[in-house]
Amino acid sequence: MRLRRKRRILRCLRKRRDLVPVSVNTNSIRRKDILLISVIRNEKIRLPYFLDYYRQLGINHFLFVDNASDDGSLEYLAGQPDVSVWRADASYRRASFGVDWTNYLLRKFAHRHWVLTVDPDEFFIYPFCDTRPIRALTDWLDGCAVRSFSAMLIDMYPEGPVEDAVYSEGQNPFDIANWFDAGNYTITKNPTYGNLWIQGGPRARVFFRDEPKKAPALNKIPLVKWDKRYVYVSSTHALLPRGLNQVYDEWGGEKASGALLHAKLISTLGEKAQEEMERGQHYRSSGEYRAYAKHLADMPEFWCDKSESYINWRQLEILGLMSKGNWA
Amino acid sequence: MSNLGIVMLVHTALNRAGQVARHWTASGCPVVIHVDRKVPDKVYAEFVAACSDDPLIRFSERHVCNWGGWGIVAASQSAAALMLEVFPDVRHVFLTSGACLPLRPVDELVTYLSDRPRVDFIESATTSDVSWTIGGLDQERFTLRFPFSWRKNRKLFDAYVKLQRALRIRRHIPEGLVPHMGSQWWCLTRQTLSAILQDPKRATYDRYFRRVWIPDESYFQTLTRLYSTHIESRSLTLSKFDYQGRPHIFYDDHLQLLRRSDCFVARKIWPNANRLYQAFLTDQAGAMKPAEPNPSKIDRVFSKAVERRTRGRDGLYMQSRFPRHGNENGLTSFPYSVFQGFTEVFEDFEPWLANITGARVHGHLFGPQRAEFAGGETIVNGGLSDCAKLRDYNPTAFVSNLIWNTRGEKQCFQFGPADTQEINWFLARDKNAQISVITGAWAIPLFRSNLNFADIRAEAARLQQIETKQLEILSSVWTKARLRTWTLAEFVESPVEPLQAVVEDAGTVQTSHLTEAPKMVDLTGFGQFLQNLKNQGMHPYLMGDFPPDDSFTNRIRPYRKPYLVQ
Repeated sequence: MRLRRKRRILRCLRKRRDLVPVSVNTNSIRRKDILLISVIRNEKIRLPYFLDYYRQLGINHFLFVDNASDDGSLEYLAGQPDVSVWRADASYRRASFGVDWTNYLLRKFAHRHWVLTVDPDEFFIYPFCDTRPIRALTDWLDGCAVRSFSAMLIDMYPEGPVEDAVYSEGQNPFDIANWFDAGNYTITKNPTYGNLWIQGGPRARVFFRDEPKKAPALNKIPLVKWDKRYVYVSSTHALLPRGLNQVYDEWGGEKASGALLHAKLISTLGEKAQEEMERGQHYRSSGEYRAYAKHLADMPEFWCDKSESYINWRQLEILGLMSKGNWA
Repeated sequence: MSNLGIVMLVHTALNRAGQVARHWTASGCPVVIHVDRKVPDKVYAEFVAACSDDPLIRFSERHVCNWGGWGIVAASQSAAALMLEVFPDVRHVFLTSGACLPLRPVDELVTYLSDRPRVDFIESATTSDVSWTIGGLDQERFTLRFPFSWRKNRKLFDAYVKLQRALRIRRHIPEGLVPHMGSQWWCLTRQTLSAILQDPKRATYDRYFRRVWIPDESYFQTLTRLYSTHIESRSLTLSKFDYQGRPHIFYDDHLQLLRRSDCFVARKIWPNANRLYQAFLTDQAGAMKPAEPNPSKIDRVFSKAVERRTRGRDGLYMQSRFPRHGNENGLTSFPYSVFQGFTEVFEDFEPWLANITGARVHGHLFGPQRAEFAGGETIVNGGLSDCAKLRDYNPTAFVSNLIWNTRGEKQCFQFGPADTQEINWFLARDKNAQISVITGAWAIPLFRSNLNFADIRAEAARLQQIETKQLEILSSVWTKARLRTWTLAEFVESPVEPLQAVVEDAGTVQTSHLTEAPKMVDLTGFGQFLQNLKNQGMHPYLMGDFPPDDSFTNRIRPYRKPYLVQ
C-alpha cells in the first residue's frame, strides 16, 4: 500500500506538467482557510450557483482545473477573486480521470487545510448545515482528531422525463430535480482499501437493472484534513493511507456523515452523455455514459410514486442516509 | 466590588475570553486570567495590552497546560492565589475556561452565592461512585504512574499501565487523603481555597498529584474534602461530555436549549457562535426567571448523541454505520414474519392473513422471476424495485432495506425452496424474524401440476435437498430467529393450533381466537402421489408420515370448512 501511495504521488508529480496556470490567487490562502477543489469541463451554466452555494457554506478559496472547456468556463473562473484556476488540455483519462491533477494541487496547496473535493454537480450537505457553517464541522472534527468525513452521493431527479427538467444558469438545480430514492442502496466492504462500496439509487434502478454490478459507486469521502502524504486513488471514493477510509463504525455505532446531492439527472445529462461518449475519456471507456445514451433515447423517467421529495438534512438523517453521529 | 471572583483558564480564542472577562467585570466581578504558556508571547502581549484598561482584570503566572497534565492544576493554583491576594473582598472563586459563557445575569449568580456563603460547589465523588472514567481507569489513577501522554503515546501509556499491573507496583496515597473525582470546573469559598493553598503539607500533596492521571479532575475534588464545612457535590458549570470524554460544543442553534437550562455558566461554546455570545453577553435582566439550574433537557439531547455514536440505530446499514458480523445489535429494525409452505396448503392464504392481522402480506419476495410485492406493486417504499437481478445482487440488503423502509408496519412474506436461498443465514441470525415452515409443502404444487412424472421426480429431489439445507441452517445453534416447523402431515392433521400461533406472531392487532380459517387445497390422492415418488426411487421424507390411502385426508376433511367456531 505504501508503494501504491508513492506511485500515486510520483504519478501526480509527473502529471503536473499538464497544468497551465491561468489565474492563480493562492497567495491569498490563509493558514486556517477551508478550500474546495474541482475538475470541470464545459460547466459554465452550473458555475455561478455552485460558487454561491459553497461561498455561503464558508469555503474560503476555490481551486479549479479546467479540462479544455470551450464554453467560457475558464474565462468566467479567471474573473473570480477567490478562485485559482489551471488549464489542462491533456487527456482526462490518462490523468487517472483527473485524480492526478487534483492530487498534485492538493499536495501543493492544501497541506494542513481542510479541503472539499467535489464535482460541479455535487452539493455538500452535513448535519446542521442550515444553522452551522462548514467551519463548525471542521473545528469539531479537529477536536475529535478525525481527518476525513464521508458524504454519500444521492442522485436527485425531476418528476417527469429528464429532458424536460431544463436548467438555467444561476438556478438552484434542486428546484427542478427535487426527488431521490430513500432506501434501495447496497453496501459491501472493499477489502483492498477498506472503504465501503455503495451502489443503488435511481441510476441502478433504471439504467443498470440487468447488470447491477456495473452501477456507479456512490460512496465518497470528499472532506479531508489534507496532508501532502495523502492521495485520492479513484475519484473521491477512496484514499491512501487506508486509515482515511475508515469513515464508518464497525461496532454498531454511527459516525457522523453527510451527503452530496447530485444534480446530474437533469436536461444537461443528454448533451453530456453524447459528448463524453464521443471523447471516451471516462471511467470504463465511458461505459456509464454509454448506458445513459442508450437509455436516454427512450426518454427515461426516474420518478415513481415511492420517490422521496427532498426537504432538508434532518430528513436524510431520519431516513438513515446520513448521521449526526455524536455531534449534537 | 463583588464577592465573586472569576478565574479564567485560556488557551485559544483570546478575543472571546476577553469579551467574557469584560462581561464579568462590568458587574464588578474581578477576573484573573491564566493564559497557556503555549500561546506565543506576541499574541499574549497583545491580549494583555487590550485588557490593560480594566483594573479588575489581572493576569497570573503562566504554565504549560496539556490535557490530563499537572499544568492545569498549577495554573488554577497560581491564578486562585493571585485572586485571593489582590482582591480581599472576594468570598467565592469560580473557575472557568475561555470557552465558558455565563447564561444568566451575573447579579443572579452573585445573589445565589451570597445566599450560600459557606457552600463549596464542587463535584466530588469517590472513585467507586463514578461511571464516566476514560480509559477504564478509576482507582488506578491514584495508584499508578503515568509518565506517557494518553493522547500522543497511547501504546506506551497502555504498555506501562500493563507493566505496573503485572509487577503490582502501587503508589502510596498520602495519609489522610481519600481520592475523589469530579468535574474540573468548581466554585469554592475563600476559606476552603486558602486552606488548600496554604496547607503546610501542600508540597507533599502537589508532589503526589503531579503524577496522578488527569489531576485537574481530582486535586481540588480530593483536598476540598479535608477542609470544607459544606460541600454541594455539583458543578455550577453546565458541561457535557461525549463518550471519549471530550466536551460537547454549543452552537448558535442551541440558544433556546441553553436559555431553558437555567444554568449559570455553560461550556464549551464554539468561538464563532456569534448569536450565543450576543444573546448572553448583552444585558438580559429579566430574560430568565430566577430558578434552580435544570440541565435535564440538555442532558437528553447529548445523551442521545452518545447513544447514537456508540449503539446506533438497529437494522440500519449506511455509509457511516456498517457493523461487522455479530456487532449489528439487531440485524433488522422491526419484527417481520416469513411463511414457508402456507400458500401451498391453503388456497387463499395471503388475503386471509392480511385481513386477519392487518400486516402487509407479500408473496414470494425471493421468487425466481421477480419480488412479488403485496398488491402486485413494482416498486415499494424507499424505491425498492421488484427486479430479481437487482434483488439478488445483494439479497440480505434487500431484506434489511425493506424492513428499514417500512419500519412501524409489520411485513410478512412467503418463502420456499424454489426461491433465492442466500438470505437463510441472515434470517436465522435475526431476532426480529419469525419463521414458520411447513416442511415438504413444496410437493403440493408438483402434485397438482401437469408435468411429466420424470420431471416432477427430478424437481422434487431438488427442492427437498434445498429445504433440507435450509432447515439445517435454521436449526443451527446460532439461530436467533423465532422458528416454528411442522411436517406437512402434522400440519394437515390439525391446522388450527399452528395457525393460531402463527397469526398471533404476525398480527399487529391481537386476535383472540380464529373465527375463520383459510381454505385448504384438495389433497385427495396426495398420499398415493408420494407413494409413487417412493416407488420411482425418490424418498420424500420432509412431509412426515402421510398414509398412501386417502384415509388421512378424508379424516381431516372437517377442517376444510371455511368457518370454524371454537
